[in-house]
Amino acid sequence: MKVMSMKEAIAAYVHDGDLVAIEGFTACICFAAAHEIIRQGRRDLTLCRMTPDLIYDQMVAAGVARKLVFSYLGNPGVGSLHAIRRAVEQGIPAPLELEEYSHFGMVGRYLAGAYRLPFFPLRSYLGSDLPGVNPHIRFLESPYGDGPVATVPPLRPDVAILHAQRADCQGNTHLWGLLGVQKEVAFAARHVIVVVEEIVEEAVIRSDPNRTLIPGLVVDAVVCEPYGAHPSYVQGYYDRDNDFYLRWDEISRDQAGTRAWLEEWVYGVQDRAEYVARMGLSTWERLAPGQAPAAPVNYGCYGGSQGRSR
Amino acid sequence: MTEYTQAEMMIVAAARALAGVRTVFVGVGLPNVACNLARRTVAPDLELIYESGVYGARPARLPLSIGDPTLVSGALSVCSMADLFGLYLQRGLVEVAFLGGAQIDRFGNLNTTVIGDYDRPRVRLPGSGGACEIAIHAQQVFIVMRLSRRAFVRQPDFITSPGHLGGVGQRTALGLPGRGPQVVVTDRCTFTFDRTSGEMQLDSLHPGVTPAEVQAEVGWELQLAPDLRETQPPTAEELRLLREELDPQGVYR
Repeated sequence: MKVMSMKEAIAAYVHDGDLVAIEGFTACICFAAAHEIIRQGRRDLTLCRMTPDLIYDQMVAAGVARKLVFSYLGNPGVGSLHAIRRAVEQGIPAPLELEEYSHFGMVGRYLAGAYRLPFFPLRSYLGSDLPGVNPHIRFLESPYGDGPVATVPPLRPDVAILHAQRADCQGNTHLWGLLGVQKEVAFAARHVIVVVEEIVEEAVIRSDPNRTLIPGLVVDAVVCEPYGAHPSYVQGYYDRDNDFYLRWDEISRDQAGTRAWLEEWVYGVQDRAEYVARMGLSTWERLAPGQAPAAPVNYGCYGGSQGRSR
Repeated sequence: MTEYTQAEMMIVAAARALAGVRTVFVGVGLPNVACNLARRTVAPDLELIYESGVYGARPARLPLSIGDPTLVSGALSVCSMADLFGLYLQRGLVEVAFLGGAQIDRFGNLNTTVIGDYDRPRVRLPGSGGACEIAIHAQQVFIVMRLSRRAFVRQPDFITSPGHLGGVGQRTALGLPGRGPQVVVTDRCTFTFDRTSGEMQLDSLHPGVTPAEVQAEVGWELQLAPDLRETQPPTAEELRLLREELDPQGVYR
């Protein structure tokens, strides 16, 4: 049985020292999983994410991480990630190792991991100082005589945690809106936890197979966690809580304020359901989007004999 | 004459630089507004591309970030980031891309990585994001930055995204497909790049600004364009679009 609680999924698949990827580009960032990892007291994690965002700022502040692998270290649309900067610039609460790429470099690393290739070739990094500070970014003379190409090594997380709108009990997952690198990470990782707003019947998934970004084939655990991506958003379900992204800029300015927030909203709640309840209905009403359904498509029914209608 | 802020002048100048452009890679913050203003004024066929995987966005509100859900609803296409960087950017489909940074040098090389030493940074900045490959592949790069001596430096602490490197011709020698930085829009003036040297030159002063004021904020000996001009102030219509439709809350005033 793949369907389990967040507590069970984190206990089963996230271990001290693991390489962990909680992805989702601005959208579908599974804060619920991050908070459970903090509550369970994991240590020495290497955290991969293109954009560490508030989620890794909180995890670094809580002391679960040893290293970050990333490509953009900011509070999107707001400014700095203060907890991560504190760790990097002052070693508070502990020093943090950085391994950085560009976005395309991170995408390429996941792709190589997913395709089980030894590296991914891309035209980037020439003229940049990045290869000088990251020895994993290398250059290769094209075997077809077209000059040098940059290469990045495969990235294969021990576990990927991916949030989406809906999945069936087997983890066949529908995702729409920004796709980020969710599919690539799912295929690259050794284990996959899918976290969804709703668990649906397999028939719902089969009614729209083009929308299945992640097949249950690569999924180990399915967790149903409504509002599990807050304060990020899930397309069609809730908006980004931009007030919180702005407030985090204040909360995270010093370690004491950050700790106080973690005490109240992470250590101080049992699980996501309690967090959701404590946030209150007014939050969820404020973040509810209007309706904009897609036009339906006809996949066609091909069960009958072709000649019959002639 | 209508009053306007330096930020509004900057947005308007950036928008006007997009005249006739079809595809623009939109950056975070102020370029967001500039691109949306351009689509309503000088570039009606402009399609907005966001690194989050969106092509042809029609945002119904001022996007809060480059991954705002308003960019998805009503877009022409939403794709994976692998497709966005591989099929749109590396394929060469981006005409203009907006970039910015904490530091820039006279050749338009940009630093968004660190101030100080890389291993012991005084300030740890966000890093590349997509900027490194955007700077390499976009056919043209437009830079938007506030003018300040801390930012316009002789020697950046780190080059995240290549401009004209050490001078004209060096991009071609390295095989970088895009033509590199073409314009730098600031709150006080606009720079272009000298075709023979690849060096930044003062092209247009916003109303009321003198060359000496600009020189005071630039860490190298400033070159003036032969036909140095004064920037046309924002029109009433540009200001109306900005204030009433694109940024009614005045985030970028």
